[in-house]
Amino acid sequence: MSVLSFTSVSVRFGGNTPAVNGVSLEVKPGEIFGIVGESGSGKSTLANAVMGLLPGTAQVAGSIAVNGREVLGLDEPSLRQIRGAEVAMIFQDASASLDPTWSVGDQIAETIRAHGPVRSAEAKARAIALMEEVGIPDAPRRYSDVPHRFSGGMRQRIVIAAAVANNPKLLIADEPTTALDVTLQAQVLALIDRLRRSHGTTVLLITHDLGVVAQVCDRVGVMYGGKLLEVASASDLFARPSHPYTRALLAANPAGAPRGSRLPVIPSEWSVESLPAAEASNG
Amino acid sequence: MSGQIAFILRRVALTLPTLFVMSLVVFLIIRLVPGDPVRTMLGFRATDANVAELRQQLGLDQSLFTQYVVWIGNLLHGDLGKDIVSHAPLSELLAQRLPVTFELTGLSMLLAVAFGVPLGVWAASGGKWVNRLTEGFVIFGIAIPDFWLGIMLVLVFTGILAVLPPTGYTPFLKNPLGNLRYMVLPVSTLAVGEAAYILRTTRGAVKAVLGRPFVTFLRAKGLSPRRILFGHVLRNAGPSIVTVIGIQVGVLLGGAIIVESLFALPGVGRLIVTGINQRNYPTVQVGVLAIATIFIVVSLITDLIVGWLDPRVADGAGT
Repeated sequence: MSVLSFTSVSVRFGGNTPAVNGVSLEVKPGEIFGIVGESGSGKSTLANAVMGLLPGTAQVAGSIAVNGREVLGLDEPSLRQIRGAEVAMIFQDASASLDPTWSVGDQIAETIRAHGPVRSAEAKARAIALMEEVGIPDAPRRYSDVPHRFSGGMRQRIVIAAAVANNPKLLIADEPTTALDVTLQAQVLALIDRLRRSHGTTVLLITHDLGVVAQVCDRVGVMYGGKLLEVASASDLFARPSHPYTRALLAANPAGAPRGSRLPVIPSEWSVESLPAAEASNG
Repeated sequence: MSGQIAFILRRVALTLPTLFVMSLVVFLIIRLVPGDPVRTMLGFRATDANVAELRQQLGLDQSLFTQYVVWIGNLLHGDLGKDIVSHAPLSELLAQRLPVTFELTGLSMLLAVAFGVPLGVWAASGGKWVNRLTEGFVIFGIAIPDFWLGIMLVLVFTGILAVLPPTGYTPFLKNPLGNLRYMVLPVSTLAVGEAAYILRTTRGAVKAVLGRPFVTFLRAKGLSPRRILFGHVLRNAGPSIVTVIGIQVGVLLGGAIIVESLFALPGVGRLIVTGINQRNYPTVQVGVLAIATIFIVVSLITDLIVGWLDPRVADGAGT
C-alpha cells in the first residue's frame, strides 16, 4: 500500500485554468519523492491539498489517500487528527513558521500535546529529546528561548522537530531549504534524510532546485502548468529525461553550461495543453 | 532576566525628562491665558494698592523664572501648594477629586475593553455581516463627539425615560448603588468612542496575525482554530492592542475634563476647568500635572506589558 496516492487530482480557484490538472501519483513507503517545477506550476497547491490547507475558495476534485484513507472531503476535526500526527508539513521560511512569542521548546511540546493526553513534564522531556535529535546544542537550557535567539538554520531544525514530534508516516516539505544559504541547505537536507532513515518517514519534497533533487530524492515528478509531466528515478531523470519540458529544464541549469555562453531558456509561450502528461501507472 | 530589569530601568529613567517638560509647559501655558488671577479674585472695585498687596502675597510679583523655581522646589519637597481661591491645600483637593476621575476613566476603559476586544476578535475571524455591523459601530463611535453623545444620553435617559439622574455625584463608599446610578451616563459617554477605537485596533491586529505564515504551520501541527486564536494569535496581536489602550487612556483623561463638567462630577477635570475660569494658577498647574503623571505611569505600564508579551521588544531586537 502506498503512503500517499493522488488519483486524477485537480484544483481550481474560481477561474477556468486549474492550478493542479489531473495529477495521479503513488508515493512509496520510506522514499523521498521530489516534486520539481517552476513557480506557479502547482506543486505547493498539490502539497497543501493533502493537508486540507487550501483556502476556502479552492475546489478540489479527484482522490487523495493517506495510508489508504481518503482525505478529500474530510471535515475539520478529522483533518486535525491527521495533521501533525499522520502527516506533518514544513514550510519555506522557518523564521516565519514559528510563533515569535512562544519558546521554541513549548512549540514542539504543543504538537505532542495536541494529539493525545500527555503530561506537560513528559511533553517537555520529549521535546528536549527531539531538539537533541535535530542537532540543537545545549537543548535543555535552550528549551525556553524564543525563536529570534536562534539562527535561521537552527530555526528550520526546530520547525522540523515540531513537525515530526508525533512520528508521522509522511512528511511534506514545501521548499524547506529555499530561505537558507547553501551550507545550511545541505545540513537540513541531511537531517531530513537521517530522520527518514531512523524513523521510516516517507517524504514528499517540494522544490524548484534541481540540486536538491539530485542530492536526496529517490524519485522525482516534474510539474508544469498544473500537470505532472514525468515521473522517474532521480538518476534516470538527469541521465535520460524523456519529456521535452524536462530536457529544456535540465538544459537551463547553469551548472552544465560552458562559461561565457548564453544559457538556454524555457520559452514562455509553451502551452500546457500541448504537453503530454505522465501516465497514471508510474507507481 | 537582567535584560528585563535593564529595560524597565531605562524606561523609568525616560519618564523624568517628560515630567520636567510637562511641568514647564503647564506653568507657562496657564500664564498665557489672558486675565489676571488677582483682579478676578478681588473684583472690579478693588484698589490698585489692594491688588499689589495680594499679588505680592501670592508671589506673583516675582519673575517667571523665580516663580517656576519656587513652585518646582516646593513640589519636590512634597508641598503641592494651596488653591488661591478657597485656600484649601491642593493635596487635600486632589485626594478628594482623583478617586472620582479614576472611577470615571477606569470604568469607561473597562467597559470599552470588555466590548471592544471580543467584538474585534469576532470581527476579524467572522463573516461579512459581523464585519458590516462592527464597521458601522466603529464609524459611529469614532465620529460622535463626547459632549454631543453625553447630551443625547441625558435627553433620552433623563428627559424621556426618566430612569437616570442627569447630574450629580455620591461617593461609592457612602452609597455604592447611588454612585453607580450617577456613573452610568458619564461612563457610557466616554466608553462608546473608546470601544470603537479598541474594536478597530483589535480587528486589524488579529486579522494581520491570522495572515502570518506561523498560523498555517500551527494548523499543519493539527491545532484547533480555538487554540490557535487564544494561544497564539491574541498574544501576538496583544502588543498593538495594549499600546492603543495605553494611548487611549490619555484621550479618556482629556474626555473626562469635558464629561465631568457636563455631568457635574467633582473630579480633577472639573477642578481644572473651574481653576482656568478663576485663573487659579496653582490649582490648574497641579491638576494638569497630576493627570499628565497618571498618563505617563500608564504609558510605562503599557510598555512593560508589551515587553512581556513580545520578548523581542525587551531584547531590543527588530520584528
